[in-house]
Amino acid sequence: MTIGVLALQGDVREHAAAFGALGESVRLVVGPEDLAGLSGLVLPGGESTTLSLLLESSGLFDPLGEVLGNGLPAFGTCAGMILLAGTVLDGRVDQRRFGVIDLTIRRNGYGRQAASFECDVEVSGLGADPLHAVFIRAPVVEGCGPGVEVLATLPDACERGSPVHVEPLTDRPGHHRPVVCRQGPVLVAAFHPELTGDRRLHQMFVEMTKEERR
Amino acid sequence: MTQPAPSSRPTGTFTVKRGLAEMLRGGVIMDVVDAEQAKVAEDAGAVAVMALERVPADIRRDGGVARMSDPALIEGIKVAVTVPVMAKARIGHFAEAQVLAALGVDYIDESEVLTPADEAHHIDKWPYQVPFVCGATNLGEALRRISEGAAMIRSKGEAGTGNIVEAVRHLRSILGDIRRVTEADPAELYGWAKDLAAPIGLVQEIAGTGRLPVPLFCAGGIATPADASLVMQLGAEAVFVGSGIFKSGNPSQMARAIVEATAHFADADLVAKVSTGLGAAMAGQEIGTLGVHLAERGW
Repeated sequence: MTIGVLALQGDVREHAAAFGALGESVRLVVGPEDLAGLSGLVLPGGESTTLSLLLESSGLFDPLGEVLGNGLPAFGTCAGMILLAGTVLDGRVDQRRFGVIDLTIRRNGYGRQAASFECDVEVSGLGADPLHAVFIRAPVVEGCGPGVEVLATLPDACERGSPVHVEPLTDRPGHHRPVVCRQGPVLVAAFHPELTGDRRLHQMFVEMTKEERR
Repeated sequence: MTQPAPSSRPTGTFTVKRGLAEMLRGGVIMDVVDAEQAKVAEDAGAVAVMALERVPADIRRDGGVARMSDPALIEGIKVAVTVPVMAKARIGHFAEAQVLAALGVDYIDESEVLTPADEAHHIDKWPYQVPFVCGATNLGEALRRISEGAAMIRSKGEAGTGNIVEAVRHLRSILGDIRRVTEADPAELYGWAKDLAAPIGLVQEIAGTGRLPVPLFCAGGIATPADASLVMQLGAEAVFVGSGIFKSGNPSQMARAIVEATAHFADADLVAKVSTGLGAAMAGQEIGTLGVHLAERGW
């Protein structure tokens, strides 16, 4: 059981530390040769345009796309969520993605850095205690397909703090945005669970990798 | 599912400020003077761009007072790219910082590359929603900047020279002193705090963690892919490249090569490959021949 962490750019160390603290063995993935025998792969936070380019130049994009297509469990946070999504609005035309979760994502949908925020989020399956979530230039989910299970949402509006410049999600009334989603073996979060000491979402992913092996 | 109260959504916390720096790790932040250069930088894989009036090599050559960029250029850069946009303010020039915050930049660099506005005081960075990065030549300077609210530190190096020697000196000084602090006993930490002219709380924190409480990036003199590999191997977590890209013979190719060498800094075969056939790196300067030492600005 080895969990791979894509280690081309971004907050790789925090994800590796989170899985290490859960007793999992971790491998940093920088090239195609690192993919063999993984039980799951994490795509960390970082800059999605840079990650997309480095995935291409390292020769990782196609082999990684193949193992993801074959059902390798994957966990994407922020930029990692963008890379796993099916449709990205406002991305660069040459920005590639894996399309293994049926989400439509708008990059930096909450605004620039001054609008980055923290808040508590209740996540289905993690018990009653909310998860503290750190949103940094976070992507916004504009739409999700029928196969996607929404595990947590956030209301768009807030009384003070971050101005939120997003259109209401048409197929989900009440102006609530999905911020944690799952489709089969793919788990994504718009925020950064790796930046807090709460390992419950990482634990959920570990359980998903075990389900896949059964 | 019940929702938390919408009002409990604070912005501008130290966690979100430092968090953006964490996301830039392993990447290259490139100096740009206009939207056209910003596009070249983003196309090459920059994790962020830094807007400034003139690149350091030109500031060095032309002299005069170097200031914050024209807001129109910053607006143009913000529109041109999707990666974070940073911009430089003069040391102590809190009004420039306020303007940059009003323009909505993602990070402010209170930078010695611009002409200082205050010879004794840096900006009090805590009240701002926008995070700050500051330069440092040694551990004491780094901790003073963090105590003022900086959420990222970059070793200063000597900007605009294309000479890596000062960046190496500063990185080795900061990281070497961190190692020595971790070996000190609790009583000795007070002596370290006095000698570093830094808050005891921060000294005690790094004694426990073995690293700065914010990411440590490297700037000042990086001109080749091998330079980037060198400073990453020494312990920098990302690199800033100023004149090294747009003063080289082939900016687009040089930028791309430095991005690859930073991401794969320990892979000598890859660094060799991307270094091949790049054309001329920027012309460099010996530190001993310089009239102005930018790294000496800041206190």
